[in-house]
Amino acid sequence: MAVKKLGAQTVKFQNPPSIIATATVVGPVEGKGPLRNYFDLILGDFKFQEKSWEKAEKKMLKEAVEMAVKKSGVPSDKIEYFIAGDLLNQIISASFAARELGYPFLGIYGACSTVAEGLGIGAMLVDGGYADNIVVGTSSHFCSAERQYRFPLELGNQRPPTAQRTVTGAGAAVISTKNQNPRITYVTTGKVIDMGAVDPNDMGSAMAPAAVDTIVMHLEDSKRTPEDYDLIVTGDLASVGKDIAQKLMLQKGIDVSNKYTDCGLLIYSPEQDVHAGGSGCACAAVVTFGYIFNEMQKGRYNKILIVATGALMNSTIVQQGETIPCIAHAVALENL
Amino acid sequence: MAKITQDQKDYQELVKNSKPKPPYLKNLVMAFLVGGLICVIGQLILNFYISLGLESTKEAPSATSATLVFLGAFLTGLGVYDKIGKRAGAGSIVPITGFANSIVAPAMEFKSEGYVFGVAAKMFVVAGPVLVYGIASSALIGLIYYVVKF
Repeated sequence: MAVKKLGAQTVKFQNPPSIIATATVVGPVEGKGPLRNYFDLILGDFKFQEKSWEKAEKKMLKEAVEMAVKKSGVPSDKIEYFIAGDLLNQIISASFAARELGYPFLGIYGACSTVAEGLGIGAMLVDGGYADNIVVGTSSHFCSAERQYRFPLELGNQRPPTAQRTVTGAGAAVISTKNQNPRITYVTTGKVIDMGAVDPNDMGSAMAPAAVDTIVMHLEDSKRTPEDYDLIVTGDLASVGKDIAQKLMLQKGIDVSNKYTDCGLLIYSPEQDVHAGGSGCACAAVVTFGYIFNEMQKGRYNKILIVATGALMNSTIVQQGETIPCIAHAVALENL
Repeated sequence: MAKITQDQKDYQELVKNSKPKPPYLKNLVMAFLVGGLICVIGQLILNFYISLGLESTKEAPSATSATLVFLGAFLTGLGVYDKIGKRAGAGSIVPITGFANSIVAPAMEFKSEGYVFGVAAKMFVVAGPVLVYGIASSALIGLIYYVVKF
């Protein structure tokens, strides 16, 4: 019998695994944003001494993982799994980083929700008794994402106000059985929700229903209310998606207005000309592992629900006229 | 394609009403000003070539086009054209300088995959459709003109 399962989609950990260390690397634009003091390494340019943006992205992820492992104090040979994913075709940033890191590797894909998927799987492995130390990571890069999903960088086109900027960065965290705060207490795995969005320049409103569905399921399964959390943070809905998510939640009688924010809004300031806000795997990852992890360690926040969101599509299937399926996974982080 | 349900329709209606609209008036004015400016520069170049003694119906216009294509490509290489395009929109996409931009931008971008499968193969990834339908429609119009004339 699944003793740790609650309701339809949620897991409650018996011995909540700890996040014992995190590390973040960000690009130059994020390094000028309001959270700049929370990041471990800020790059001066987009190439990170590499020949291509893809190689730079892989290097950022590798760097973040190495830093997190080093900070954790866990010897490298005691890392039992490396769980990672990214946006590039065949998750090459993750697997090429794994090639160099040499840890047993589980590649995952959840688009921009990857960080929550990784934390969820990692925590389940740790609380399940399958490992004592796991490292979870993800990355994205503005330039490599633009060329894969949209247009060449130097093309002189105009973007609509709903467009978002892919965060350049990588984040990694070490999950462990060690007795330390913050901990992962609950994980709610999301369903794929498709509300008929077709505009690849408006991911926020495409993903908002998935975020709302997962939040509603989490509260229902765990018998919690928004009052139980200091903060509910979605991944990368940005300004357009966040407003819609709030509206949808109000329709369901859930009022989160005073404690709800979004990583896509936190990472940039409005003057940074990023349209609706940030997106990409690194968006939720660097905000969670940089800002939120640090503030939880300081005790400013004690209970946070991270709801990372992802749009599960590529440009081929959108050109074939398909609507955009989306997903969101929720992870509850708590100081116990 | 999956069938659109009523729920999806209702949601898309909600999205339509919540989305910020692009600043159409500002975009129109900027496109008009920048597009107009590029044409004025073109006219000045044309006048300059004519004053140098180039023939005014064939030689000078060809030299003008070549100069504008060079300028578009040059500004793309300097990383300036995308900044103009961000403000000007169609004002800098429609003139011949925008056409140069649409070829040079992917050529630069895909250099990391090599000169054959990168630069050469991807060079027309944006301009390709314009060339295909531009050339096809001009051939069609030419044919119609030929038939109507007789």
